[in-house]
Amino acid sequence: MAQRVVAIIAALIVAGLVIGPVTAVLWRGGGFTALSAADLAALRFTVWQAFWSASVSVVLAVPVARALARRAFWGRGALISVMGAPFILPVIVAILGLLAVFGGNGFVNVVLDPLGVPKLDIYGAHGVILAHVFFNLPLAVRMILQGWLAIPAERFRVAATLGAPVFSVLEWPMLRRVMPSAFAVIFVICLGSFAVALTLGGGPRTTTVELAIYQAFKFDFDLSKAASLAVVQLALGLSAGLVALLLARGDLLGAGFDRVVARWDGSRVLDGLWIGLAAVFLLAPLAAIFLAGVVGLGELPSSVWGASARSVGIALGAVVLTMALALPLATKAGEAASLLGISVSGLVLGTGIFLIVQPYVRPSEVALPVTMLVNVLMALPFVLRILRPGVESARADFGRLGQSLGLRGWTLWRIVYLPRLRRQMGFAAGLTGALAMGDLGVITLFSRPGQGTLPLLMYDLMGRYQMGAAYGAALVLVALSMGIFWAFDRGGRANAVV
Amino acid sequence: MKQTLLTVAGLFCASAVAAQVEVLTVYAPDYFGSEWGPGPSIETAFEAQCGCDLQYQTGDLLPRLLLEGERTEADVAIGFNSDITKRARESGLFAPHGLDLSPLTLPIEWDDDTFLPFNYGHTAFIYDNTKLDGFDSFEALLNAPDDVRVVIQDPRSSISGLALVLWVNAVYGDEAEAAWARLAPKIVTVTQGWSESYGLFTDGEADVVLSYTTSPAYHIIAEEDLTKSAAIFEEGHYFMVELAAKLAGTDNPELADQFMAFILTEEFQTMIPTTNWSFPAALSEDKWPEGFQSLPMPETVLFYDENEAAALRDEAIEAWRSALSQ
Repeated sequence: MAQRVVAIIAALIVAGLVIGPVTAVLWRGGGFTALSAADLAALRFTVWQAFWSASVSVVLAVPVARALARRAFWGRGALISVMGAPFILPVIVAILGLLAVFGGNGFVNVVLDPLGVPKLDIYGAHGVILAHVFFNLPLAVRMILQGWLAIPAERFRVAATLGAPVFSVLEWPMLRRVMPSAFAVIFVICLGSFAVALTLGGGPRTTTVELAIYQAFKFDFDLSKAASLAVVQLALGLSAGLVALLLARGDLLGAGFDRVVARWDGSRVLDGLWIGLAAVFLLAPLAAIFLAGVVGLGELPSSVWGASARSVGIALGAVVLTMALALPLATKAGEAASLLGISVSGLVLGTGIFLIVQPYVRPSEVALPVTMLVNVLMALPFVLRILRPGVESARADFGRLGQSLGLRGWTLWRIVYLPRLRRQMGFAAGLTGALAMGDLGVITLFSRPGQGTLPLLMYDLMGRYQMGAAYGAALVLVALSMGIFWAFDRGGRANAVV
Repeated sequence: MKQTLLTVAGLFCASAVAAQVEVLTVYAPDYFGSEWGPGPSIETAFEAQCGCDLQYQTGDLLPRLLLEGERTEADVAIGFNSDITKRARESGLFAPHGLDLSPLTLPIEWDDDTFLPFNYGHTAFIYDNTKLDGFDSFEALLNAPDDVRVVIQDPRSSISGLALVLWVNAVYGDEAEAAWARLAPKIVTVTQGWSESYGLFTDGEADVVLSYTTSPAYHIIAEEDLTKSAAIFEEGHYFMVELAAKLAGTDNPELADQFMAFILTEEFQTMIPTTNWSFPAALSEDKWPEGFQSLPMPETVLFYDENEAAALRDEAIEAWRSALSQ
């Protein structure tokens, strides 16, 4: 009972943090505005590209995750960690990294050109999807890999003994459960795309809803329009969440170990090929960014220290808050509700929070807490995706046992559940911390000089013609994000019960 | 422990002293207040003459002021662009500056009693002069082979992108859409803001980038790199000016006036070129840094005042959108 109350409170907090600001903007804007033909065209393209970006990411992630699940090789853990980096890159840096490989003067064209192969043109709808796959494939791989690792090794052995087809008996039921939610999360992230869609789309053909919001806010100061579009985003995000819930029905699986399961099926060569292709696709742009960043390190201003400290502080604070909200919300409904947070434009969220706090405090005083809060909202869907299966199986397997000992509430969590969730919690905390290092553009109404975060510092440098130093700042950002991710992820694995 | 107590006591004393000093709150865009922007040196110079404490609040200037309305703490706002002053003026939040505008050295007439220019520039296409011969007119750029790769900014999300569509409108009028259609095959992509475009240009992804006539000065002065040039078009260049205004509701009108007057002084104006990489609005050319004096200047300056710009904006953006969506 008490548990349910805590869950409801957590859900209300999340909903309030999203719906409150949107309502405030809507209120201030004086209600809804009808959408124009251009808005509807932007909406169509937004949904279209999000659908294909999410589909391609999830479908490609399946063979990669399976290969990673059943092949042990030197550097496997490091590869999985580094492959996650695109997701936390500042958007513009990721774009420049991709262009270093796929752009007009990029590596691919430099190699293909002498061979007489026609030039690869990355700009267009395919470029948008390619970039979104670059960002989200690692996420999809991690989420699906978790599903594979959650299948107990014994079941594979049993299947082998009985000669049962592994795919239809074990893997397909797991994929049916995991893929819809992975798809939903990525779909919703891509709904908010703006700079990627515009830059790699090549022009106004690839206008998204987020650009319309930006325009309404910055140029027209049309809050009603901005809020109306944000409500459309909310509706889309929520629908995606509900569809995923409906599709993802299935039985719970037992807890697994993060160990490569010795398997007799599948081709080594094919698995190696999938891992290799994914690694090259994800790591080549990262390598370009790394090289540019190393060169730029020497040009970094001393303010990079303060900015790094603030960013790390925000990240650690976000981890604590996210975990506190996520544990009670680790249910199907909670996972669907959490999609609210990533569906809404950061610009609208920031404006709404500004309107709410402004009568009481100076907005610049709360710039960092607000950034942290918005990061918590953004991280929640990923964290729940990671934690929910573990929480549910822990409840199913040990809940009654614990209660038979008279353990209840927090004690039950502390003694029975949490030790069994260490691995997932470590991964989730790492991801939250890494994500929260990034900036979401909410801070622009709140900032004052000298309290910027690393991403702000990077954009500042870029705006000052200092591209080299900006790459250096991006490298520091990625290194710190990876460090935080690695520390939590490792910490969770060490001495974990399962 | 003793050390800590002393430090704490020291902090209290410092804040007690600070409390007696009058504070001038200046809202400015992020780039203005950043450590490389003009903000810090202007703060030092102004504090030395006013005996006050100048504090910046940075971020989105106009959206923030409009959200705060009359409750704003701002005394002065600096960093408006002429293309959005109409919206700002209509808010009624700003008061006339009451200054004599004769010190202005702008290439156009300026008699606005509320918005005071502090620096200016022109939109221009920048190219690498070791790789391209350049273009002496808009026509020459439109006639260039389609393998010249141009990157521009989106007029819906960027002020320089908006200036570009107004520029095309000023040069081509009713033929703007046809002009865009000729430029379209050369446009590699359109970015959200200036930084992304310029990054693509310096990374070699584009040969020509939409920027400002003053951009080469940065490369000349800060990097001793003479390879970046602005193509000067005979049809003329669109004028972009940045402005400051005093808030009508300021609780510190005298300090605000003093700051507004400071903007037109030589001390303020000489800080502008190498911190904001723009032409100072009230400084004769012989006092500009060398790298600026040698920059080629457009002979014709094109400009729409805020009312014309507001009336033309939707049409100019639509011509761009429709031609580039083909």
